[in-house]
Amino acid sequence: MSKSLRILVPVKRVIDYAIKPRINKAGTGVEKTGVKFSMNPFDDIAVEEAVRLREKHKNLVESVHAVSIGPAKAQDILRTALAKGADTCTLIDAKEAELEPLAVAKVLKRVVEAQNANLVILGKQSIDDDCNNTGQMLAGLLNWPQATNAAKIELDAARGRVQVTREVDGGEEIVSAALPMVVTTDLRLNTPRYATLPNLMKAKKKPMEKLTLADFGDVDTQARLQTLKVEEPATRSAGVKVGSVDELVEKLKAAKAI
Amino acid sequence: MIFSRTSIRAFPRSSLPSLFRSRAASTLAFIETSQDGKIAQSSLSALSAAEKLGNPITALFVGGSAQKGAETLKGDYSVNSLKSIIVASNEAYNNYLPENVTSLCVKLLEDPEYSHFIVASSASGKNVLPRVGALLDLQPICDVTAIVDAKTFVRPMYAGNILATVECNQSKKLISVRASSFPAASAGGTEVPITKAAEQPKSSIDVKWEGENLVKSERPDLGSASRVVAGGRGLKNKETFDNLVTPLADTLHAAIGATRAAVDSGLCDNSLQIGQTGKVVAPDLYVAVGISGAIQHLAGMKDSKTIVAINSDPEAPIFQVADFGLVGDLNEVVPELTEKLAK
Repeated sequence: MSKSLRILVPVKRVIDYAIKPRINKAGTGVEKTGVKFSMNPFDDIAVEEAVRLREKHKNLVESVHAVSIGPAKAQDILRTALAKGADTCTLIDAKEAELEPLAVAKVLKRVVEAQNANLVILGKQSIDDDCNNTGQMLAGLLNWPQATNAAKIELDAARGRVQVTREVDGGEEIVSAALPMVVTTDLRLNTPRYATLPNLMKAKKKPMEKLTLADFGDVDTQARLQTLKVEEPATRSAGVKVGSVDELVEKLKAAKAI
Repeated sequence: MIFSRTSIRAFPRSSLPSLFRSRAASTLAFIETSQDGKIAQSSLSALSAAEKLGNPITALFVGGSAQKGAETLKGDYSVNSLKSIIVASNEAYNNYLPENVTSLCVKLLEDPEYSHFIVASSASGKNVLPRVGALLDLQPICDVTAIVDAKTFVRPMYAGNILATVECNQSKKLISVRASSFPAASAGGTEVPITKAAEQPKSSIDVKWEGENLVKSERPDLGSASRVVAGGRGLKNKETFDNLVTPLADTLHAAIGATRAAVDSGLCDNSLQIGQTGKVVAPDLYVAVGISGAIQHLAGMKDSKTIVAINSDPEAPIFQVADFGLVGDLNEVVPELTEKLAK
């Protein structure tokens, strides 16, 4: 079988998962200056999966292309994706605009068409807006099948189908679909590799196409939702440490918790 | 639009031209059922959230168990503003395959009567709603934890560390609601008509549901349990997890939950994971056993009423949110607690 799989992996630059976000002084959003940013963890898994698919099916995967829509600094995470094994990438500079998933999906649809991709692997959600929207929206716009929350992806080259084990509320379910399709990754799909220094050096030589949001001027990327305010959730009042199991049971009874 | 908003309001409702009367706000609620027609807890919460929108509600049931589900809702639950139930029993909607379910939802939502579409933030709700949004060119508001008014919603971001109040001025509001933030619809009965949805042409998308592997359990459902006992990496192995967590949960009639670390180490099934990327729970009592309290885990449980932490590490961040903390060796403390609670 000829090389027929062209994988597109959208990646997002987000505040590092280990950092507790703080509201900015203006109270309009989250403080972003001086904060560590990284690749969205679910996207890291998506990149890893694309690279593993190629390692496993050398004669099937033609290309792995990464794309990011965000500030100019998003090129850092694209370099990371290249270092982990993506061949080429596209940076779509949106400056400081934070696009909603619908807008991102519309732009991604264009990228899918431009790259002639037939398998899009995205993270199931970004850990900043926690929407869990973009993959489903992209699939809808393309009229492609979708398999979200993937815990396992299997290619059946002979039938041109992809079988995905999905994490659902009560356990897991399996769906299969014909290419082209959209898959979103859950945490248990794989463990992403580290980008080694030599690979990071090599990644600098890999091609990065640079576009701006203006290149998608005919795509409606206007925000549909207005954020009226952001606030920190009510903090829990400090609890007490008890010295023994007896004391714990006593306190729980007093609090009518048991 | 010929009338400005204020001039519409100036008309008594009955004298409005029919064009406007047909635009009276109404909510379509997507209800999930199990194969035997039992309504999902998360959908019962979605129904009570729908009531908060203040519009008449139409409940939508799809798939092979739709008719049974519709009868269950009608017979067993009381939803004041429920005005009708739509049933789409087509087998194409089984297992809530989004490729098929979406086209039905889109077709129904094209009716200008519907101003709101509400789903539970369940695995199926999250799978279907954004696809519907894309096809209707609407950005949904996801995982809503509070409804301020019919166009203003509160939703958590950044693993629950930030609460954003968002206003939506789109023609229709598509929302998914976090089950733990809304009470379940109350028991009772509601006399409403059940109608059949018009058949939709079958989707041309080649997608097939191949099977499932669900965890069978007699325990209360994790998402709606009033008590949860959760285990973390501190339990070290599956044997300890089963020996310590299970009896304590049995004694408390609690659901069992876990951290990502526990799931990844194979201590339990991943459908038990609580946190930003797993389930979000808000029980009356949450007992965290051997859980350090990473922010991704706290995102899933910090709205619990009473939190108990049992951990050998006195510096574990879980103690900062726990109402009652006990520092000690799990292997000694947990069996002792189980025994004393059983009395």
